[in-house]
Amino acid sequence: MHTQPLIPYLLLLGDSALVHGQRLCEWCGRAPAIEEELALMNVGLDLVGQARNWLDYAAELLGDGRDADDLAMRRDERAYRNLLLVEQPNGDFAVTMTRQFFYDAWHHAVLQGLAGSSDARVAGIAAKALKEATYHLRRSSEWVQRLGGGTDESRRRMLAAITLLWRFTVELTAGSDDEVQLAEAGVAADPVAVADAWREQVAATFAAVELPVPQPASHFYLDGRKGLHTEHLGLLLAEMQFLPRAYPDATW
Amino acid sequence: MYAQLVETGVKHVKALEEMSPEERHFQEKIDAEIKIEAKNWMPEAYRQTLIRQISQHAHSEIVGMLPEGNWVTRAPSLKRKLQLMAKIQDEAGHGLYLYSAMETLGADRDDEIAKLHSGKAKYSSIFNYPTLSWADMGAVGWLVDGAAIVNQVVLQRTSYGPYARAMVRICKEESFHQRQGYEILLTMMRQGTQAQRDMVQDAINRLWWPALMMFGPSDEHSPNSAQSMAWKIKRQTNDELRQRFIDQTVPQLELLGCTAPDPHLKWNAERGHYDFGDIQWDEFYEVIKGNGPCNQERVGTRRQAIEGGAWVREAAVAYARKQQNKNAA
Repeated sequence: MHTQPLIPYLLLLGDSALVHGQRLCEWCGRAPAIEEELALMNVGLDLVGQARNWLDYAAELLGDGRDADDLAMRRDERAYRNLLLVEQPNGDFAVTMTRQFFYDAWHHAVLQGLAGSSDARVAGIAAKALKEATYHLRRSSEWVQRLGGGTDESRRRMLAAITLLWRFTVELTAGSDDEVQLAEAGVAADPVAVADAWREQVAATFAAVELPVPQPASHFYLDGRKGLHTEHLGLLLAEMQFLPRAYPDATW
Repeated sequence: MYAQLVETGVKHVKALEEMSPEERHFQEKIDAEIKIEAKNWMPEAYRQTLIRQISQHAHSEIVGMLPEGNWVTRAPSLKRKLQLMAKIQDEAGHGLYLYSAMETLGADRDDEIAKLHSGKAKYSSIFNYPTLSWADMGAVGWLVDGAAIVNQVVLQRTSYGPYARAMVRICKEESFHQRQGYEILLTMMRQGTQAQRDMVQDAINRLWWPALMMFGPSDEHSPNSAQSMAWKIKRQTNDELRQRFIDQTVPQLELLGCTAPDPHLKWNAERGHYDFGDIQWDEFYEVIKGNGPCNQERVGTRRQAIEGGAWVREAAVAYARKQQNKNAA
């Protein structure tokens, strides 16, 4: 019944988790401590796992013969629906952790809303993912505080990371019209509640180490929900999709 | 993953009557298969040998993440990506277990890692070979983890308790990785295209000999083995383990429908083992010395990770100190 608007919403959830997981894969062997190798891969694994669940459902609703792998590996950037935030390059550890924290605060609030979705499949996937996102948020908010309240250098890098990424947070606090409708039907998370929870989480985490909260980000010409991405996504997909594209008949 | 060529610093294995009372008591415990624990007296050379071996083993787990990290962003399906990520995560965990086991001997993790970065400490030679196709992810799981398991299964009975116990936990996960690796290859061979089957054979051609080298030099060129065996750090010789690996791997190779790049490989009914060709020991020693195909890249990446991440660790320490002061006030 909600099939039409639900598909782009599932893609928003699935693509965001997948692209973020892909970024975390790039850290493999390059983290500042072995504990962080483990944690970054752990979080990435959770996100790619969630992406698979959302894309499975999206593929079923699409019913055009494509499966989750086809959606992940054979869609071009104009068809990807992920948040612009998560496609941003890793940068230094402060950029990665700030990106993670902004996303986790959004993700956690969305999943909380979705755990009570009137769509049982959505509620089920969200309930499982919420446990993982709770851990992700705890970890990334702690790192924001460690870096923000650590040394002069870590604070300087933290402030630079916030400046770099803040413009993309507009997407975390503004849902599309479709999402508002889906939320009214009890299927999607209420974008207003998500935005409030996000701002509250950022304010509380930043306040603990006296990081300034910038003015709300303003409209940003691009829009991940519409498949209008930054220049980073095309390269990310070129790498991620290389094998299935180069060997279209292969079975892996 | 594990350690090859571990120096014991001992030229000659002492007989019981040459030993001091402490040494003798220690050796008798070893002979009686009683595990040595962190607080027990042990000869200094035993302690140092174990520090070298366990740190090499730990370094191998960490450096071993890099050849796989090379393909984790390019895994061809969500399932394969998830498997590889889980495996890499396990390897980081193995590294942590092993550094902890090593620290029970009084060594410091950061010091030992600094030795890796300066080229003083070794890691398994296999990780100096590049991963050039997706099939390498299968071949590494099957051959490289397979060789590591043959070694590590024996190390579950090694004489030092903390090391033996780490091996028990690690072996369970490694066996799982090996089966996954084999399954990657089997899928490509049985359900894949000709291009994929060629990819598998090419990966085996490139990784077969390096995997055999993982067992270390042949027994006649393994001067440290006698002491390691007497201390029961090692439980079987390099050549015994290599032979066992070949004997169990060739049937798996045949099941895949692939061949080994070794014209001398054939069943010897008289010995009850496979005969195999000569290993290129020059290549092995060059790789161990730092002149392999990826030595520079591997160590460079690890050095960059730790040096480039120093400010992160410093921030964590500074923040923890501030929190402590706040709580104390």
